[in-house]
Amino acid sequence: MTATGEHHIVKSYDVELGKLEDALARMGGLAESQLAAALQALDSRDSDLAGKVMANDGQVDALQSFVDEQTVKVLALRAPVADDLRSVVAALKVAGEIERIADLAANAAKRSLVLNRLPPVEPMRSLLRLGRLAQVMVKDVIDAHLGHDADKALVVRDRDQEIDDVYSSLFREILTYMMEDPRNITPCSHLMFIAKNFERIGDHATNIAELAHFRVLGKAQLEARTKKDDSAFIGGEPV
Amino acid sequence: MAEQVAEPKMTTRGLAVHYGSKLALKGVDLDITGGEVTALIGPSGCGKSTFLRCLNRMNDTIAEARVSGRATLDGQDIYGPGGIDPVLLRARVGMVFQRPNPFPKPIYDNVAFGPRLHGLVAEGEEMDALVRKALERASLWNEVKDNLGQQGTGLSGGQQQRLCIARAIAVEPEVILMDEPCSALDPIATARIEELIDELRESFTIVIVTHSMQQAARVSQTTAFFHLGEIIEVGATEQIFTAPANDLTQGYITGRFG
Ligand SMILES: Nc1ncnc2c1ncn2[C@@H]1O[C@H](COP(=O)(O)OP(=O)(O)OP(=O)(O)O)[C@@H](O)[C@H]1O
Ligand SMILES: [Mg+2]
Repeated sequence: MTATGEHHIVKSYDVELGKLEDALARMGGLAESQLAAALQALDSRDSDLAGKVMANDGQVDALQSFVDEQTVKVLALRAPVADDLRSVVAALKVAGEIERIADLAANAAKRSLVLNRLPPVEPMRSLLRLGRLAQVMVKDVIDAHLGHDADKALVVRDRDQEIDDVYSSLFREILTYMMEDPRNITPCSHLMFIAKNFERIGDHATNIAELAHFRVLGKAQLEARTKKDDSAFIGGEPV
Repeated sequence: MAEQVAEPKMTTRGLAVHYGSKLALKGVDLDITGGEVTALIGPSGCGKSTFLRCLNRMNDTIAEARVSGRATLDGQDIYGPGGIDPVLLRARVGMVFQRPNPFPKPIYDNVAFGPRLHGLVAEGEEMDALVRKALERASLWNEVKDNLGQQGTGLSGGQQQRLCIARAIAVEPEVILMDEPCSALDPIATARIEELIDELRESFTIVIVTHSMQQAARVSQTTAFFHLGEIIEVGATEQIFTAPANDLTQGYITGRFG
């Protein structure tokens, strides 16, 4: 009775915690591929693919329900403490964040259906760039969480600034196109909403980074990262 | 003005206990804050009971036990020349044991036993009032008020344990030591004792040994983790159970020990 083992004395406890971890890994993988497929659908104007993304959203929701039930079960039956408690609480919250990410990806796919019926517009290239940044961030933050890597989580968290910067400049770009030619207004408005979705995905990834950090180190809330998305102020100045 | 930090109610410094040639407690330093519940947790045989017994010199009654190091109550030494008189000490630092152990006497006499020993109040009305108050504070009064002449040993286990708590508080101790007070009780009786501990905390300093992690988490403000005769980690209960600093503590409380 001296060393601290990696495994619980009660093996079924390990099994139950493992189920949670597996569900999170599957959710994370699904959300990431949903986002990748949505970007692909936008890029290649592929409405079939967009339709698939929308149809697949239910899988993520189902996994989230599973995580909800499994956490309640573990809390009730095992009364977890210390790092076990932090893992279970973080799993519940991370699943919520992933579900939102997948939702936003599905919504982007839905808007691409409208875009595909309209002539292409130039800012699409910047939009795809923003989406890919978000996709990489989602992948890395989920890896950090599942790999118990607090340092990596912090590095990923800082990348949200880049997303906010790209979003702000994309916002300006879209405005310019809308002013240039009123026929651009409809496609550009959809682009704008999709851009906002990707920016929100970055925020959810940031939340996951903070949960990963909490799960590993048990520190309470990290200092809030100051948001520097200035798109809310654009329009009050000459663009 | 500098902030006033309250003196700990009890302290131990380098407190060690030998049973014959076996070193059971290896020099323990602990501050016990007044008006708080301190929980002692750790695997079987790690020295929790041994440590607890040092706090009111119950180890004196064990022939082969030898205590060294310092322990204080309100800054006054418990051991050594000039130490508090052990009989007085046990009135100020009371104890409740794992198995309810009422005397084979009427309920009334169980509670009046300590006050009589120490000549606290006169028999009659004064003693009646004292017995009633102690039973009320132990949440037992309503169940026994019509049967005070009944044998204490005839009560249920949970009631017996509350009787023992009433007996301990009847002499108005400052500190109450409890060694696994709920291990023989069902969940309802346990919940009542836990509720009682929460109430008693207002008037007494409590040190409790428990094998239930959940009980330690529920009732205490400070938790000390013992292992092989030493304190490995001591801290705010909330911190110990959400983010312990030591791997051994984490392994023990999460059930990943060994
Ligand atoms: N009267 C005694 N004579 C000899 N050895 C003793 C005596 N009492 C305790 N010990 C030894 O001292 C060590 C500490 O015992 P103690 O009873 O303090 O442990 P504990 O933490 O209270 O364990 P438990 O959780 O099982 O009650 C053990 O190794 C025990 O065998
Ligand atoms: Mg013991």
